[in-house]
Amino acid sequence: MSWLTNFVRPKIQSAKKIETPDNLWDKCPSCKQMVFHRDLQSNLFVCPACQYHWRIGFKLRLEKLFDQGQYQRKSLPKFEADPLKFRDQKKYADRLKEYQTKSGENDALVVAEGTVGGHRLVVAIFNFSFMGGSMGIAVGEGLLAAADAAVASKAALLAIPASGGARMQEGILSLMQMPRSVIAVEKVKNAGLPYLVLLTDPTTGGVSASFAMLGDITMAEPGSIIGFAGARVIEETIREKLPEGFQRAEYLQEHGMVDLVVHRHEIPKTVAKILSHLNPVRTTE
Amino acid sequence: MPIFLDFEKPIAELEEKIAELQQLSGNNGVSIADEVRKLQLKAEKMLKQTYGKLTAWQKTQVARHPERPHLKDYCKILFPDLLPLAGDRYFGEDQAIIGGIATFHERSVMIIGHEKGSDTSSRMRHNFGMALPEGYRKARRLMEMADRFGLPIITLVDTPGAYPGVEAEARGQAEAIAKSIETCLRLRVPIISVVIGEGGSGGAIALASANKVFMLENAIYSVISPEGCASILWRSANYSKEAAEALKLTADDLLQLRVIDGIIPEPLGGAHRQPEQTIQSVGQMLQKTLDELYTKSLSNYQEHRQKKFLAIGHGF
Repeated sequence: MSWLTNFVRPKIQSAKKIETPDNLWDKCPSCKQMVFHRDLQSNLFVCPACQYHWRIGFKLRLEKLFDQGQYQRKSLPKFEADPLKFRDQKKYADRLKEYQTKSGENDALVVAEGTVGGHRLVVAIFNFSFMGGSMGIAVGEGLLAAADAAVASKAALLAIPASGGARMQEGILSLMQMPRSVIAVEKVKNAGLPYLVLLTDPTTGGVSASFAMLGDITMAEPGSIIGFAGARVIEETIREKLPEGFQRAEYLQEHGMVDLVVHRHEIPKTVAKILSHLNPVRTTE
Repeated sequence: MPIFLDFEKPIAELEEKIAELQQLSGNNGVSIADEVRKLQLKAEKMLKQTYGKLTAWQKTQVARHPERPHLKDYCKILFPDLLPLAGDRYFGEDQAIIGGIATFHERSVMIIGHEKGSDTSSRMRHNFGMALPEGYRKARRLMEMADRFGLPIITLVDTPGAYPGVEAEARGQAEAIAKSIETCLRLRVPIISVVIGEGGSGGAIALASANKVFMLENAIYSVISPEGCASILWRSANYSKEAAEALKLTADDLLQLRVIDGIIPEPLGGAHRQPEQTIQSVGQMLQKTLDELYTKSLSNYQEHRQKKFLAIGHGF
């Protein structure tokens, strides 16, 4: 055995990595242009060439939305995470723990409070990287807590879903979060406060068919997939190719389901403008 | 010719034999009544054994049994004077959801529910119980009307789910379901739901955000079909059995999870063997529950409903 035969070939993880060495460059999935990563970052992950919106995390969103990037996170109540003792190829409890360790977050919903354009605002935002932003008991509880916080502060509530829908691993209890999330919306509306929704990529399934479609004003980020049934399921059902742009934010606007399709850079300004009309409570002045 | 499910094969064979014997005895006058009686007892025992311990997947099949009584069968017996009301007033009339005013034990009530159809043409007409946005918007219209006139609402749930199609999405399936749930929750009149077959996800909860929710013994109620769940989590629909088990979608499971208020027993061998008896049991439960809801003089059915749903998922 020589060093030649002993030599272990380095494993090639994936072919994609070669295209973007050290994450310096990103290829826009829409216009296929190469974008310098730092440029992309400073442009809030919007392609400078074609305005394609990448998915972004909740932290960057909150930082860019609130005045001076300042906000308080609300601690959310903890609940039994796995009442069904669900198990597919893996235990749900283990899967959940993995996500919790990896993300440092308890579940897929984050609630924050601050001001936008001087108007007090509570935000309930989904973390898509936490199990696809799926809605289970913890998310339902989080939405209710967000509604209570908005009512307590006499603030508007803005929901920012990014979710594949209900969390299957919580079975029927995840389905029950649909009416529970609607009750959260009712609390805010009954208090005479504005309830706004910013639909981001993707918003589908049980999330779209509950609180996400009940906003006083509904905004959506360009290009976001928004719909009830998944595109694959529809294709399998009707055995046809889906029309161009199907279930995109612009498609929903054309079909009367969304008030505004808002460029990512314009979101804080747009929210502030809406609040200046709908929310009489100002905290700074 | 009755339809038998896979796991009912031994029972089917026995029953076939009994039928043959009966015919034989009729033809040549030979008395084999004893033999027939024995076999009948055996068949009944087998039925009892099989149905006494149905798995979640077997219950899924029973819940979807083509001969299971559907909404129209219930209406014929429980609400014979039903005045069906059509249309959502926006776009069209969706026969996957049927609704109307009827008399039920001397009370005027609003009936709303899914209809799957019972033969090829009616299944097409009712789209297998998979509603379009128009169906949910009609339901909402009828619920709001019931609310104005103080009619209690009874919903019978039996749907594989909301229809997944281009036109459904184009006309706002998600919004239609969301608004239907919202309307259920806002009602000042009581609303009672019974899952009589399949409670398929959003399409079911759209009509079942109710003060009282019941399930028939072999009905299922789930966030996703076992097949759908298996193809996502196991990456193959071959694992539907495992998914059905894991999802906890039977009436027993849901009662234990405190999502439903009670189970309505089915006759031996499932609702499809004795449709009329099943329907009468549902009728009795509806009457009893309506009486209870009114005599308890809940002044605020809306608050009762909200509290009920807020408590779901707590205390495990």
